[in-house]
Amino acid sequence: MTLLSVERLDSRHGLLHAVREVSLNVGEGETIALVGANGAGKSTLLRTIAGAHRPSGGRISFDGRDITRLPAHQRVKLGIALVPEGRRLFPDLTVDENLRIATAAGRRGHWTVGEVLEAFPLLRPLRDKRAASLSGGEQQATAIGRALMTNPRLLLLDEVSLGLAPVVVEDVYRSLKALIEAGTTIVLVEQDLTRALGVASRVVCMLEGRVVLEGGSGELSREQVTSAYFGLARGTAA
Amino acid sequence: MINAILHGILLGGLYALLATGLSLMFGVMRIINLAHGSLALVGAYMAFLFMEHLHISTYLALVPVLPGALIVGYVLQRTLLERSLRAGELVPLLTTFGLLIVIGNLLQYFFSPDVHSLPSGRIGTASWRVTSSVTIPWFDVLILAVAVVVLGGLHLLLRRTQLGRELRATASDADTAELMGVNARRVYARATAIAVATSALAGVFYAMRSAFDPFSGATQLIYAFEAVVIGGIGSLWGTLVGGIVLGVAQTVGAQINVQYFALGGHVVFLAVLILRAVLQAGGLRVLPRGAGA
Repeated sequence: MTLLSVERLDSRHGLLHAVREVSLNVGEGETIALVGANGAGKSTLLRTIAGAHRPSGGRISFDGRDITRLPAHQRVKLGIALVPEGRRLFPDLTVDENLRIATAAGRRGHWTVGEVLEAFPLLRPLRDKRAASLSGGEQQATAIGRALMTNPRLLLLDEVSLGLAPVVVEDVYRSLKALIEAGTTIVLVEQDLTRALGVASRVVCMLEGRVVLEGGSGELSREQVTSAYFGLARGTAA
Repeated sequence: MINAILHGILLGGLYALLATGLSLMFGVMRIINLAHGSLALVGAYMAFLFMEHLHISTYLALVPVLPGALIVGYVLQRTLLERSLRAGELVPLLTTFGLLIVIGNLLQYFFSPDVHSLPSGRIGTASWRVTSSVTIPWFDVLILAVAVVVLGGLHLLLRRTQLGRELRATASDADTAELMGVNARRVYARATAIAVATSALAGVFYAMRSAFDPFSGATQLIYAFEAVVIGGIGSLWGTLVGGIVLGVAQTVGAQINVQYFALGGHVVFLAVLILRAVLQAGGLRVLPRGAGA
């Protein structure tokens, strides 16, 4: 049932203690939105789960297996994929090559180049274009498609709507909905509260490196989340 | 003069072959491998050993030497260079400098400081006589052809295969490549393996063309380095152009005065550096993107 389990995780950037004793359980098929102000430690948490950042304490297990010391590429092989903040495409590789890089993980499944192009039709005419020449929305679609190419069991999405035009954000979320309906487990970081509450089954709010509020998106009111977001209701937070 | 230019172009093949591995390692890992010339010499000495003990031709000696060089490169990366890379940008430079000295001394210990040379067979002495003043030596044509094949093969590898995509992706952003399931350390090790194999190949051809001693590696490193810089760092076909430009500069220099052979190359190298610096002030980039552009 529990796909990802994070126990008392600590992560630092030098002197900055970005993630403090965070515990989090993600069930198979769940969609969790991580919200919180800038610098709350959301991105660091995702990067630590994906293996791009080494934790200073705590434990991460995936599908019952301790992965705390596993390098990033081996976590991908187990089925964890991160769409990093800022997309981080390989600028000199074409869209097609960016997608096919992910076959290094050796995870076969539903997602192939053809399936990604089916899900993101806007990429079809751009296959042989260099990633650097794409617009923000096209790059984001490629970045999500690239992560999907590893056929993940857990997809981590970091600020997928950042810097995109509202119309494009709409498109990105429409494809996310399709993924959620297909049963993909997702943890996403999102600044836009309405969107986060709209797409997620559970919301986790972080403040200064800690989880200050957690609950089903239907159970939590906007006000509760907002006050936790800004640290106004520390005493009442769960 | 035509003869000098022609020979320069052909000599460029050897320099390009020698520079390929240097260019690849810098393009992928940002390592300037000061031991590159020495590794080429190790290839030459190994070929010498096989030739002596198995009584085979130098060409046949390449059959065991090249796979051996691949293994040496792989192990070198996984043991020494990987650690150095983690310690900071300048550490690999020191490590490879140390390697240059260690290799030179080991070769001297095992093979004596005497000059050796490898036989190049019948091709080594044959040439076409085009006119009374223009001749084309077969062996140099062979080296140029090998250089073109190696560079072309590497180009195809980088463009058409999964390993190539992984190499280019890792060169541009190793952290993100890891997040896509690429084992960056293994990719690095494979890049070094290929680089050392091309250097061994170049070393054997160099040794068939001229006499060598345990410390010839340093001179060859300088020529390879000049070829890489002239051709544009990290660019494969640029390396071929760089090698040819360097070769022509040297033979034309020698045409003016026999002592100006190396000087001709150095002058062109410096001219290109200065020209780059001037153009760069006008907004051009220092480093081209990725390997194999």
